[in-house]
Amino acid sequence: MHPDRFFTVEIDTNFHIRGWLNAGHDRLIKMGKLFRVHSLVLRIRKNYYDHQNVKKDNMDYFIQQLINGITLGGIYALIALGYTMVYGVIQLINFAHGEFFAAGGYVGVIFLSFFTGLGYMETYPVVCLTASFGLAMAYCAYLAIGVEKIAYKPLRKESRLAALLSALGMSIFLSNGLMLTQGVYDKAYPSELFQGGMHFGMVTVSYLQVLILVLTGVLLVALNFLVFKTKMGMAMRATAQDKTMSALVAISSNRIISLTFAIGAGLAAAAGIMVGLYYGSVRYDMGFIPGIKAFSAAVLGGIGNITGAMVGGLIIGMVEVFGAGYISGEYKDVFAFIILISVLYFKPTGIMGENIDDTRV
Amino acid sequence: MIQEFKKVWKNYTIGMLWLLGVLWPLLGIHPDGTITFQKTVSVWLYILAGTFVCLILYVINTSGNLKPVTTPVAGAARKIGSMIEVMPSWIWISALLICAFIYPLVTGRYATDVAITVLFYICLGLGLNVVVGLAGMLDLGYIAFYGVGAYTYALLNVNFGLGFWVCLPVSGFLACIAGCIVGYPTLRMRGDYLAIVTLGFGEIIRIILNNWMELTNGPNGILGVKTIGILMPFFENGMTLETLWVKKLQWFYYFVLGLAIVAIIAVRRLNYSRVGRAWESIREDETAAELMGVNTFNYKLLAYAMGAIFAGLAGAFFAARMKFVSPESFTFLESAMVLCMVVLGGMGSIPGIILGVVALIALPEAFREFESYRMLVFGATMIIMMLFRPAGLIPAKRVGKRSEDKE
Repeated sequence: MHPDRFFTVEIDTNFHIRGWLNAGHDRLIKMGKLFRVHSLVLRIRKNYYDHQNVKKDNMDYFIQQLINGITLGGIYALIALGYTMVYGVIQLINFAHGEFFAAGGYVGVIFLSFFTGLGYMETYPVVCLTASFGLAMAYCAYLAIGVEKIAYKPLRKESRLAALLSALGMSIFLSNGLMLTQGVYDKAYPSELFQGGMHFGMVTVSYLQVLILVLTGVLLVALNFLVFKTKMGMAMRATAQDKTMSALVAISSNRIISLTFAIGAGLAAAAGIMVGLYYGSVRYDMGFIPGIKAFSAAVLGGIGNITGAMVGGLIIGMVEVFGAGYISGEYKDVFAFIILISVLYFKPTGIMGENIDDTRV
Repeated sequence: MIQEFKKVWKNYTIGMLWLLGVLWPLLGIHPDGTITFQKTVSVWLYILAGTFVCLILYVINTSGNLKPVTTPVAGAARKIGSMIEVMPSWIWISALLICAFIYPLVTGRYATDVAITVLFYICLGLGLNVVVGLAGMLDLGYIAFYGVGAYTYALLNVNFGLGFWVCLPVSGFLACIAGCIVGYPTLRMRGDYLAIVTLGFGEIIRIILNNWMELTNGPNGILGVKTIGILMPFFENGMTLETLWVKKLQWFYYFVLGLAIVAIIAVRRLNYSRVGRAWESIREDETAAELMGVNTFNYKLLAYAMGAIFAGLAGAFFAARMKFVSPESFTFLESAMVLCMVVLGGMGSIPGIILGVVALIALPEAFREFESYRMLVFGATMIIMMLFRPAGLIPAKRVGKRSEDKE
């Protein structure tokens, strides 16, 4: 596993000094986190230093990074699809989308550990895993439909600033709601799942990576089928192009918008469980940074374009992994932002986007 | 009233049932394989009771049954408003100033500390108001400029021993430069793209502060920043100038109060100047403003730079106050908090922003035991304000008349 973790190591390296300097309650949270995740942190750091020792001009290293990059890119692509679909239909950056992703991770770990507690995990692991994925995706779809009805629907006719601020408020609200119900500590995924992997010389592909790649592929194909081959997908595309016209041919735009939110949040939830499995734990604020990166992916691919979001997600994942592997691990978050800014500056339509009118850019 | 209630009860019931469904998996499913309902239902009942009271108040208000209460209150408010307008403005301004001046003398250390925080956020809120409220650009990375100001003073002071008053303009200047650097590539964009790019820039600045160990000492922060020093003449043996360090919190309060007053005056004068009108025209309709000969790019860049200067100056004071800076003080949540204050009080309105800051800093201090619900309330405040009162608690007065108002 590559060290490009979403959190944790930073806490470990600096805790003795920083821990005491931060103000009261913050400090307690940090200390608690430290002790809970210490073993995980050590594991990740060990992997990190193992990786540091690998020669970087080695071909095996390159291939390993490529595989890591595709895995991460697939996860980003799943999140980015939600952004791009929602933007395509109602032209809103759904800031709360990253929180759907985090909620998916949490509900996934809740169901997985529930099944472990019942003892079904040893006997029917495949069924349990499928059920956890399905339930988490359904939960997030349900959550997203409600969120849209409460915070976005009444503002559809208002200015874009109002909707954007409401989305931002919803993002803060949801992530703190998760914190209050689930605690401020990292929540660990059952780690006995998916031990081991396949070895090809120096290159290792863990079974978990295989699972993530296969599942991402299945979800992406299913989504493509839904959007481009079914009547429902046709209605979605029609609403994205022109709400009034599609309403005239008896497509309920409210229902389509709900559906879009539900599908996007379901995909984000799947990504949330994958990240939880891949990195071993979830945290209430884990949706923020991956959310922006996935948004960068959506912009890179051309916002509103579904194929573009998939390609963009893969590119962002690759850039991040290669940037962390060859340039600097500390600045890995910066690469995605730089891509975002330069795409918006030089080609705001993205690599696959159509022309967009001047209200967007 | 029954009529009004009939309109909303269905949506309300569906919403509450939805909430029950959202809460139950998070609270009722346990890792040991058990399922409980008790905690979920009790939490839900609390929320139900709270929201039901709000709903009843809302229904009574919309059906007009609250008029016996609201009419006298509104009348009294109008009366007070007209009294204030009749009174020469210097009277109540000086009354407010006197209150602000004697505040630290009559209260304790803790209250003064809270007041200093309020004043810091007033400066930040006013600076963000220039960008968001006047020029209408959503900036989500605003706190980065605060960080630039704070780090400028901390680094210059610790490494070169420069005094506060030398560093203060440097802090403002560097923050202004940072604002221009961020602003220049982003200002081609509009609306929501701009928001996300500023967010990205804010995070980049924070990550650089966090990782550039040689310069900023990384996440450990910089310790031992000196507080404000003033040169005071002493007349014991001849006249000597000696530096007096502002160690007492009360004296520090007066310096920050001075900064806040300068910020209020500056933003007010900017608002009513030619520049302010140009910003307002950009906010209302950028294309029309450009057609009328407003150089939109320059004015937008100017808005960024002005906002950044206020943040940079406040940042230098912040570093002097805390005697310590670390990247953790400049996270995205801080930006969101400042934005929430501006939104709550009313974008573009100076009294509104002051009210918003006081509401969101002082009230959480009063309800200290609900500390962990603070950000939850911030998020909910933003949504509720956007849904019910998008102009804020004290909406900004619009300059001049508009065609749509005449109809």
